[in-house]
Amino acid sequence: MDIMMPPGAATRRLRAAAFTDRTLLARASLDAVRKLNPARLVRNPVIFVTEVVAILATLLAALAAGRGEAWSFQAGIAAWLWLTVLFATFAEALAEGRGRAQAESLRQARGDARAKLLARPDDRALWQPRGATELKPGDLVLVEAGDIIPSDGEIVEGIASVNEAAVTGESAPVIREAGGDRSAVTGGTLVVSDWLVVRITAAPGSTFLDRMITLVEGAARQKTPNEIALDILLAGMTIIFLITVASLVGLASWNGTPPSVPVLAALLVTLIPTTIGGLLSAIGIAGMDRLVRFNVLATSGRAVEAAGDVDVLLLDKTGTITFGNRQAAAFVPAPGVTERELVEAAVLASLGDETPEGRSVLVLARERYRMAAPAVPAGARVVPFTAQTRLSGLDLPGGQYRKGAVDSLARSLDATVPPALAEAVDRIARQGATPLAVSKDGRVLGAIELKDIVKPGIRDRFAELRRMGIRSVMVTGDNRLTAAAIAAEAGVDDFLVEATPEQKLGYIRTAQTEGRLVAMAGDGTNDAPALAQADVGLAMQTGTQAAREAGNMVDLDSDPTKLIEVVEIGKQLLITRGALTTFSVANDVAKYFAILPAIFVASYPELGTLNVMRLTSPESAILSAVIFNALIIVALVPLALRGVRYAPAGAAALLRRNLLIYGLGGVVAPFIGIKFIDLLLNLFGMA
Amino acid sequence: MTWIGWAQIALVLACVVAAAIPLGRYIAVLAAGRITVLAPLERLFYTAAGIDPAKGQGWRAYTLAMLAANAAGFVLLYALLRLQGGLPFNPQGFGDLSPWLAFNTAASFVTNTNWQAYGGEVAMSNFSQMAGLTVQNFLSAASGIALALAVSRAFAKGGVQDLGNFWADLVRVTLYLLVPLSILVGLAFVAMGMPQTLSAFAEATTIEGATQMLPLGPAALQVAIKHLGTNGGGFFGANSAHPFEGPTALATGLQIWAHQVIPFALALTFGAIIGDIRQGRALLLVMLGYVLMATLAIYASEAGGNPLHLALGIDAAQGNMEGKEVRFGQALVALFSATTTGASCGAVNAMLESFTPLGGMVPLFLIQLGEVLPGGVGSGLYGMLVFVLLTVFIAGLMVGRTPEYLGKKVQAREIKLAMLAVLVLPVAILGFTAVALVLPAAIASIQAAGPHGLSEMLYAFSSAAGNNGSAFGGLTADTPWLNTTLGIAMMLGRFAYVVPVMAIAGSLAAKPRALASPGTFPTHGLLFAGLLAGVILILGGLQFMPALALGPLAEHFSLLAGKTF
Repeated sequence: MDIMMPPGAATRRLRAAAFTDRTLLARASLDAVRKLNPARLVRNPVIFVTEVVAILATLLAALAAGRGEAWSFQAGIAAWLWLTVLFATFAEALAEGRGRAQAESLRQARGDARAKLLARPDDRALWQPRGATELKPGDLVLVEAGDIIPSDGEIVEGIASVNEAAVTGESAPVIREAGGDRSAVTGGTLVVSDWLVVRITAAPGSTFLDRMITLVEGAARQKTPNEIALDILLAGMTIIFLITVASLVGLASWNGTPPSVPVLAALLVTLIPTTIGGLLSAIGIAGMDRLVRFNVLATSGRAVEAAGDVDVLLLDKTGTITFGNRQAAAFVPAPGVTERELVEAAVLASLGDETPEGRSVLVLARERYRMAAPAVPAGARVVPFTAQTRLSGLDLPGGQYRKGAVDSLARSLDATVPPALAEAVDRIARQGATPLAVSKDGRVLGAIELKDIVKPGIRDRFAELRRMGIRSVMVTGDNRLTAAAIAAEAGVDDFLVEATPEQKLGYIRTAQTEGRLVAMAGDGTNDAPALAQADVGLAMQTGTQAAREAGNMVDLDSDPTKLIEVVEIGKQLLITRGALTTFSVANDVAKYFAILPAIFVASYPELGTLNVMRLTSPESAILSAVIFNALIIVALVPLALRGVRYAPAGAAALLRRNLLIYGLGGVVAPFIGIKFIDLLLNLFGMA
Repeated sequence: MTWIGWAQIALVLACVVAAAIPLGRYIAVLAAGRITVLAPLERLFYTAAGIDPAKGQGWRAYTLAMLAANAAGFVLLYALLRLQGGLPFNPQGFGDLSPWLAFNTAASFVTNTNWQAYGGEVAMSNFSQMAGLTVQNFLSAASGIALALAVSRAFAKGGVQDLGNFWADLVRVTLYLLVPLSILVGLAFVAMGMPQTLSAFAEATTIEGATQMLPLGPAALQVAIKHLGTNGGGFFGANSAHPFEGPTALATGLQIWAHQVIPFALALTFGAIIGDIRQGRALLLVMLGYVLMATLAIYASEAGGNPLHLALGIDAAQGNMEGKEVRFGQALVALFSATTTGASCGAVNAMLESFTPLGGMVPLFLIQLGEVLPGGVGSGLYGMLVFVLLTVFIAGLMVGRTPEYLGKKVQAREIKLAMLAVLVLPVAILGFTAVALVLPAAIASIQAAGPHGLSEMLYAFSSAAGNNGSAFGGLTADTPWLNTTLGIAMMLGRFAYVVPVMAIAGSLAAKPRALASPGTFPTHGLLFAGLLAGVILILGGLQFMPALALGPLAEHFSLLAGKTF
């Protein structure tokens, strides 16, 4: 079984829009032009400066044309400067467009549901029709089979099966009932059978579905802390290069004439970090989008970033690390008893045990010993398992078979467990498993080992986490002995036993004061404080309203294991940003070699030696650099939207790899690119 | 280049590193206030000034104390220079300095720049030298080291405000580090033939029978602190090239050692203060790597000689000897020039203007890179830490976490302040140079034609803003315009830089210090050292490339093409 595959993946509704989707591209192109509005662009200092420079270059080209001077070179620079800006706004528009397509389908789900507003909770007959948007928190509504739940709420009364495909994409209905951990309902989902009385908890416009739409649209997107810091760095670098270029007016006038303004504009735009400046917001939107397509909703980009920083992962044992039910794992015969004898007796004794544990004995016997369970023979008497006797059995004419908890069995038979077997029983208990004893005609034949089975593959995931520098902590209600054994088998770094909500909260606080960031998954109301305290709290969609509000992410598939992937998505987002920043900055080296000789060659022809790319002419050199600078943005859009490849590894290994690709690559790529563009320009006689 | 030359370079640098290791730990102990040999004397200072040395200061209080001390030093020095003619110990009867020159000189010595628009033996009385300049040599150096200690403490613990006490740091660094080392090194210089006297100039008769005035003075001790404090202001106008200021190759070797040992040691002090010496070692490695590369570049370029001279049949084995002392030779001149400009010292033992264009570009570029290789005493370390934060921020994202250095998250506030600091050099260097190159009053000061003339001006502002103080030469710096703008550039380079850096320290000190894990960005290995070196080159150097292309590079390629100006 591949646990990396989240349940419901096959029915995933929120699918990635392809890069080549025509309508999407057309819409994005239109938006890209709309985003040229300087008042909006000022949020992005690098591209804003580029636009100002483009305007200046355009004016100068027009003036030159008006005076009847040569203007084609100036117009060429101006055009490519405009394209640089356009490519940047296009990247952002494309990232937003992919989210908008998802928002559209969500809006349809919301529709305009009608609600049945109840006056009193105990009288389901008396209701008034209301529009869903008119509901206030605290209102009680009746939802019957075939109705769409009008808004988010808590079930006050009733039990029903609900199809939540509108939100989760999973079409199999789920049971929702009053009380317990399954009492929250989401507006926009459909009641398939029975009825519910729901107390509305969300104000109009702020329901889960509304929040989801805003999120995927990116409308209320705010810059994350890390994005702000990066913006400042890029703005700072832009100012530095502005000074550099402006000072050339004075410096170059010392022994010659200063370069023309369009040429200085070209130098400036190629030096300032337009690549990362143009792609930065697209990277952020796409990161959020990846999470949404993974069926996880984050309340803010800040939470996604925090996920990348997580040092400690708190995971519930049951359902996350183990399958959550004890299963037979081995048969241990007493001295003088053959294994076959024991297995036969165990199978017969378990025929009357309908519990999952009892079934698992039959499964083990069939799979490992090829011993199919016989039908209950005629004349036999089944002793069914009860919680009181903790025994099950079968009375045949040929013998009395019993199976049950070791002490219960011994007491009921008034028999003693052979010392050798007692030792084995102790060993099983010490390893955190549960021993069951099997008897025939009052004689103890041996023991069955019941174990909580650790999910296959999870051990590798924890090893992976460890390589990433993340400690995994298992949270369980088991005693220390059992927990230690499972922890060792699953390979977690630490475990929290007999965990109460207060203990969880305390553990998180302690880790945080040590300077660690903690992520946890939870669904119950008593998880809410811990979810709120954790830096990343992943609440389950099936959980209570309290838990969903306390966490900063909601998993629509309700699969706590996905916390691991959420961390990876967070890391991938940060890595993409870092990689493209490094690439962008490293690009400057080659651009100097293209432009500096070109602009100074008039004053000092000898500086032509620095033209290591052997670019044809000063004009073609400058134009090639500007064109490369613009095209590289488009070339990197798919990477920005998809994110760079991320394989879990230690920081040192990741750094080495990314530095090689994006650092060294960033130095080398423009040399090749600029030379190639220069060749093309000359091939077509454009320079 | 010769094996002997390389052996000299290796020997001096080996002595620097060997001494820096124990000295770095010693400074950390000293900074913790655990050296109490002169406790009564210390107490005397504190009681007289009404200071409680145990009371810690936040970044604001610490910075204000430093600014107050430096402002007072500036006013005192300015007054002293303006009134020099009426003050004692003036056997040569030198007059008062002009207001421009006094401003420039006071700014220069307060900021640890020691740019000299005057010639020591023709303008400064013994009193000005000792009570004015030498005092500032100690104070500006101690201020720099104190600031570096405060910044280091910001990384040591989590959630604190306290960066130490400026006054206590100042007193301890002076008493337990600068004074004893200066006495030791000064005595060694005396033994090597440097004068240390209060008598007037001596009159001597040369072999040819002519009379000559031999300038004397309390040189040896001032030269010791000139190097140990990376001040660089020569007692004599010719600085360490003067026979009395740089008498032998051994003396020049000791001078190199003296202006390298504390900056290198402070990198290790940083490691000791934060409790992880490997971090300091990585910084030291980057510094040492650059020093070696720069020395190699100068050595190769100078030993290669000037192609135009070689074409005239000059002995190629000598290399370019113009402006160099034969008693030092090419190797020690190359090492001296690389270290003095890398370390913001600014002493010179050869005339940089006479270097080949590329040989002269290296010192210029080292200054422009931000004076962090290894930089001035203290200022080198905190400047390097700014680059470290930027490196961690840019590349740190590539490991998939919010960038952090030593467990301290690097966020918007730190980046904003770091960029403010990084902006100072381009503004002060490129801005002032560009203005000077179109202003007739400033152009008149330039001696050489062609790109070399641009280099003269570019070097002057680089040297001033980088608080280096060395002169390229050729430039007539003692004019009202240059005295004023260079003085402002020095002030910007020192104080406009350090205030944001201290604000970063304050911000980082308050942050919790997260524990390291395999997922945190490693900042102690070779990979990081290489990365840091690259970021210094790109963020510190790229902005100066066009200017360098118009200066030394244009000159170099013209020279190769046989063209002179």
